[in-house]
Amino acid sequence: MVTYRPEGLDDAFTPTDGDVTGAAGGPTRPGGPDPDLPALGLRGWLRWAWRQLTSMRVALLLLMLLAVAAVPGTLFPQRPQDPAGVVEYLEEHATAGPRLDRLGFFDVYASVWFSAIYLLLFVSLVGCILPRTRVHLAALRGRPPRTPRRLTRFPARGGVTVPDAPQAVVERAAAVLRRGSSWLPFVPSYRVDVHDEGGGTWSVAAERGYLRETGNLVFHLALVGLLVSVATGQMLHYRGQAIVVQGTGFANVEGAYDTFERGTAFDPADLEPFTLRLDEFESRFDPQTLQSRDFTAHVTLTEPGGEPQERTIKVNHPLTAGGAKVYLQGNGYAPRVTVHDGAGELAFGGAVPFLPEDEVYTSRGVIKVPDVSAGQDQVGLVGYLLPTAEEWVPGWWRSTDPQPTDPLLVLSVWRGNLGLDTGVPQNVYRLDESRMEKVTDEAGDDLTLYLRPGETVELPDGLGTVTFEDLPRFVALDLRHDPALLGVLVFALLAFAGLAASLFAPRRRLWLRASPAPEGTGGDAAAAGTVVDAAGLARGDDIGLQPELDRVLDEVLGRTPAAHDRPDGGRPGRDHEAPTAAHGPGGD
Amino acid sequence: MDQVGLAQVSDLLVWGATTAFTIALVAWTVEMSRVAEAAQRVRGTRQRELVAAGGAPSTGAPVAAEAPAAADAPAGRARAEGIARSTTFLGLVLLLAGVVTRGLAAGRWPTANMYEFAIVGVLVAVAVLAVVQRRRTIAFLAVLVMGIAVLGLALALLVFHVQADEVQPALDSYWLVLHVGVAIMATGVFTVAFATSVLQVLRDGRATGRSHLERPWRSADGLRRWLHPLRVTGPRFAWLEQVPDARRLEALSFRLNAIAFVLWTFTLIGGAIWAEHAWGRYWGWDPKEVGTFVAWVVYAAYLHARTTRGWSGRRAAYFVYVGYAVVIANFTVINLFVDGKHSYSGL
Ligand code: HEM
Repeated sequence: MVTYRPEGLDDAFTPTDGDVTGAAGGPTRPGGPDPDLPALGLRGWLRWAWRQLTSMRVALLLLMLLAVAAVPGTLFPQRPQDPAGVVEYLEEHATAGPRLDRLGFFDVYASVWFSAIYLLLFVSLVGCILPRTRVHLAALRGRPPRTPRRLTRFPARGGVTVPDAPQAVVERAAAVLRRGSSWLPFVPSYRVDVHDEGGGTWSVAAERGYLRETGNLVFHLALVGLLVSVATGQMLHYRGQAIVVQGTGFANVEGAYDTFERGTAFDPADLEPFTLRLDEFESRFDPQTLQSRDFTAHVTLTEPGGEPQERTIKVNHPLTAGGAKVYLQGNGYAPRVTVHDGAGELAFGGAVPFLPEDEVYTSRGVIKVPDVSAGQDQVGLVGYLLPTAEEWVPGWWRSTDPQPTDPLLVLSVWRGNLGLDTGVPQNVYRLDESRMEKVTDEAGDDLTLYLRPGETVELPDGLGTVTFEDLPRFVALDLRHDPALLGVLVFALLAFAGLAASLFAPRRRLWLRASPAPEGTGGDAAAAGTVVDAAGLARGDDIGLQPELDRVLDEVLGRTPAAHDRPDGGRPGRDHEAPTAAHGPGGD
Repeated sequence: MDQVGLAQVSDLLVWGATTAFTIALVAWTVEMSRVAEAAQRVRGTRQRELVAAGGAPSTGAPVAAEAPAAADAPAGRARAEGIARSTTFLGLVLLLAGVVTRGLAAGRWPTANMYEFAIVGVLVAVAVLAVVQRRRTIAFLAVLVMGIAVLGLALALLVFHVQADEVQPALDSYWLVLHVGVAIMATGVFTVAFATSVLQVLRDGRATGRSHLERPWRSADGLRRWLHPLRVTGPRFAWLEQVPDARRLEALSFRLNAIAFVLWTFTLIGGAIWAEHAWGRYWGWDPKEVGTFVAWVVYAAYLHARTTRGWSGRRAAYFVYVGYAVVIANFTVINLFVDGKHSYSGL
């Protein structure tokens, strides 16, 4: 059967007997390059390597390699997503760990080998697409190929004998083909040529579906655009996290972030210095399952030179400010605590974020009190906040609800040196206990403080007092600026549109030849009229080809669609089918 | 009816659909074996006729005895096929009702957790099967898809089931409909395409007389002998001669895969857009994202394989197997055993 070959990869439309789509597979031949070896020499080898790289076979190999290479990223913890997991893995696998680390297994998507695969793939893609684009641009100006001499070997066929003159039939056919489909009447669907073949024989050649190849090229080129946009974004982006407590503000400068990360081409001086203030935070939970249902942060946004504006930030609804998007990534409670030292001086006062650990917001935190009067021990308070506390076993408290209906702070007390002036940066959520000791009560047991809002307790040994003032909320905000976002979106959508066009837009060629019936077949020549022969060829499997050919024939002959007299009754592909008794009702 | 009652009705409907599909599975299997028997009988009759024509007079009687049985076959087949078709249809209706009531009970689009994903995915797969079967019955395809459907529903009801409920804030978005809904549709279509590719390779093996179980495996001879009855060239697979030829199955599989691939591409892009809204980045190599990407790349490789000479046909079908395995692993393994941002399954 005749097949339609990919353009630019092969001699398009060359009728051959090898059936590429057949299950048995066509004759094996290397994908792109021709088999004769290049003349030796650097240039020859380079050209040979280039041809290999841009062959379909190598593209296939690289695609499979890419799929395989992406897998380890889910099997091993990855540094950008889960740095703690990497540390843990390295501790547990003392020998294999460092080796895997050297090979990049903990940052697969930035590793040399992963990058090499996709870069090669894209080089291959460009090398493959550019020549095809050239061929296609030429084809766009081209004419449909002339009607082949024999129309019998094509997958779609039709034929009939009519009384009209050949030229009239062919011109009617050309008109039908030029008109296009009934629901897109203004888009000419076929490019049509009419030929006078001499001897009273006329033929029409028509081709449609340049969109298919256009879509394919757009798709591949859009992938390149996508890669470039993503890389641009990597260079120009910044991203930072900040925790903002209710009633306080945040200014968009690098120093205000808890963590800040930027691309090499972004200058932190370009940060637009807007400010945000968290006015209120609302949360809603399912009363039965206690799962979260809604979070809303009410903020006041002040852009440089602008008036303060009230805004909200919700999950799925980031706020746009100063060219960045502000996301609500987390929330919790920040108990406001005041500590007076043994001398009665104010040693600490402020809201301390406690990080929620479960769905009832059992939250863990550390209060460090370094600024005590001279000669006194520094104090560290470690423990939990329970938004709705319940004593379920004497001495054991737990939270039963994420909302703060009956908050309780449960803290143990440490004294000594907090180690804040050692020069080593410290985690604010962790107490370095190496130079501290636990404070005990009179009985010698570890001291535990239980504090409700408004309560003050006195610490033993003249360490001072602790007051739980009130319980504001905090939000964890994520700010991100990526100027390439629009490019990424546009190229992704272009790729999608191109893909859909390249897979679904039919590419078809139709030919119709009308010639005077040979004398003598039907007795008298006038009644024999004109023999019309038609054939169709499509790129890929196209179930619509034969129906389209039938439709065109019907319209040309002014018939109702029911009566077809195809010479072989053959629908595409049917020719392989053995008539048997055991088909289902649809087949019988 | 209150929401809890409605949720219970939904569960009952899904159980009902599972039952109907189980019956359909049995009926399709019977239908398949009948087709196989009929095929053998036709062949047997033909052989005997040849023998008779060769002049052995004693074979006349068996041929006569066989004839009524052969004539019976269509009626019996029609019965099995009728049951299979009607139970498939019944199951489809029950499942659709189950999905709708589930959505009503939860007060939202029913694609928020693994349970809902599984039941909607099965709904799509069986619906696609029904469309493919409309023109022409391919019992084997139905057996495979029904098998996957029953397995999927049983898993959903027994393992994945969670109470119908509202969703957490991150899922409260119209993307739940678009991204997840389209992902499910893609999975459903991939399922039927996968079954078609399995059939294609079996059919091809039968047609070309190639079976891996007949090759001389020196080391695993015992195993080979044990598996020998299952070889594709053996009598158990005689029914394969009744299914459309491998080329047409390949074309069908491609058409379905192409549709599913476009849907999958949409899932990928939609997921990235949603991630940009919800998580503050469009791509972060989350395990689910990786799985989706790997599946996409494998199916892209499949499309390239189809147009590479020497890789089309049977070999291209292997890409479909790998791709489908990744799609299914992305749904099961990643959700159940890997921690990531997609851990919304509620299990
Ligand atoms: C990033 C790597 C690539 C991806 C993700 C990709 C993806 C795709 C997809 C999804 C299709 C299906 C569209 C269709 O069938 O019309 C396709 C088609 C195609 N690709 Fe690629 N491709 C890549 C690289 C390449 C390379 C390197 C080449 C050249 C060697 C290539 C050549 C082709 C050709 C010729 C087709 C059309 C096949 C046909 O005739 O139907 N692609 N590609």
